Amino acid sequence: MEQLLENFSLDLFVKQTILFLIIIFLMVKFAWKPIMNALNEREEGIQGALDAAENAKKEMANLQADNEKLLKEARAEREAMLKDARDIKTKMIDDAKAEAKAEADKMVAQAQASIEAERKSAIADLKSQVAVLSVEIAEKVVKSELSDKEKQLGLVNEMLGKATLN
Amino acid sequence: MKVALKSITFFTLLVVLSIPFSAFAKGSIETTTAKGGVKGDPVNTQAEIKEYIQHHLKDSHDFHLFSYFSENGEEHHVGFPLPVMLWGENGFTAFMSSAFHHDDSGEVVVEKNGSRFVKLHSKIYELNAGQTAVQFDADHHAVNASKPFDLSITKSVFGILVIGLLMLFWFSRLAKQYKSKKVPTGFGRVLEPLVVYVRDEIAKPNIGESYRKFTGYLLTVFFFIWILNLVGLMPFGFNVTGQIAVTAALAVITLVIYVFSGNKHFWGHMLWMPGIPYIFRPLLGLIELVGTLIIKPFSLLVRLFANITAGHTVVMSLIAVGILLQESLSAVGSTLVSLFLSLFIMLIELLVAFLQAYIFTTLSALFIGMAVADDHHDEELHDEHGEKIEDTEVIRKSFS
Repeated sequence: MEQLLENFSLDLFVKQTILFLIIIFLMVKFAWKPIMNALNEREEGIQGALDAAENAKKEMANLQADNEKLLKEARAEREAMLKDARDIKTKMIDDAKAEAKAEADKMVAQAQASIEAERKSAIADLKSQVAVLSVEIAEKVVKSELSDKEKQLGLVNEMLGKATLN
Repeated sequence: MKVALKSITFFTLLVVLSIPFSAFAKGSIETTTAKGGVKGDPVNTQAEIKEYIQHHLKDSHDFHLFSYFSENGEEHHVGFPLPVMLWGENGFTAFMSSAFHHDDSGEVVVEKNGSRFVKLHSKIYELNAGQTAVQFDADHHAVNASKPFDLSITKSVFGILVIGLLMLFWFSRLAKQYKSKKVPTGFGRVLEPLVVYVRDEIAKPNIGESYRKFTGYLLTVFFFIWILNLVGLMPFGFNVTGQIAVTAALAVITLVIYVFSGNKHFWGHMLWMPGIPYIFRPLLGLIELVGTLIIKPFSLLVRLFANITAGHTVVMSLIAVGILLQESLSAVGSTLVSLFLSLFIMLIELLVAFLQAYIFTTLSALFIGMAVADDHHDEELHDEHGEKIEDTEVIRKSFS
């Protein structure tokens, strides 16, 4: 301890303190401050770049997810459209079929009705003609039959002969 | 490759710079020889080695590189003088340390500005008025002389200046590099991770959020101590961090920083510790105060001083083995033993140089961190995801 104190030189202590304070001041001003600022700036830059990369990655993932979603939606839409089209097609065919059938039925029915009507009118016509004809025939027959008196008398006789008078 | 080229240029520059010094050194050799070599034989006894080691550990007024003996047995010192600046009874005096002719025993008297100065055990004394030679008492203390205030550029001050300028040069260049590029090149690439290391491993974890304010000091102190420790290991180096005045100055600056940045919570807990009986509070406050103001800085200054001094002493002692064991192991044997041992202790010292810088800086950061720590007791606890953690006491109460 005594030797320690003897070795201690106040002059050197004072000189060292002053010089060291000057060194600290100069180093802080010309070295540490700019170095620290540059280092911080650089580290912030690196951090910023990393963050930006991370964000870009996230955005990319989001975009991809969006794309996937869009694709899915588009696919679903296409499916739906195709289904609709198919439905419409089926419906159109069915409708057309039904309509055609109905039309055909209607035409058949009309034809049948007109045939019936024709037939009926034909029959009615026939009937009236038959009646006229039969009347004419009957008239002619009757005329011709009645024109031969002898024969008429023979016939009446024959008939009278067959008839048994009871 | 570029780095290698730059370091080659650096060392070439160093060599070129040292040429004028050696030329200057030759000048001082002549004066020494003219005085007729003070000691006639090399350092080779145990007592001389001990003195040599102690002398090396001390600060000195000239920069001594090495000594050699010429054919006629005269000792030549190679080095360069440093300016001596004194504030004595007759005001300011300045001269070069070569005026003392390497004398350290108070024999050479330098007369300047009406005052007479002698150098004794690496310290300069001013003789009282009218005295022409220094006189000693029984304990070999000078009796007829006083110590002037010594503003000299001593070896340590020279070291501080050189390292300070070197740090300023290196790191301001690194700072300038950032203006034009994001990542430094060349030597800056070596320095940058060290700066980041001090910031991320020492300042941030120990101080916390307000680390930014103190990083300047911590970085300066870390590189200052580390570089000076390393330079101290070099053959011609200076033992700056082994000067207790230097480590004391560093510790006092740390003390001043944490005393003046201490918040209410720090002082409150120190002087009036909550949670213990009132009787003990003043006593504990006193103990804490002594611990904070004296023991903490004292441990800082002594740890660094003792480690570096011990390291230098051990390295030099192991080198001295080569001299002392020559008789029993022969010259070759003792040299090999000494080389082998000092090589490994040197490697350990390289580690210690870093370690002590790290410890000093970390403890400074820790003390500052304790002084600026916030009162966290009333705040809600949060886990690492920022979710609130229920206090265990609250949970326990809700069960009973």
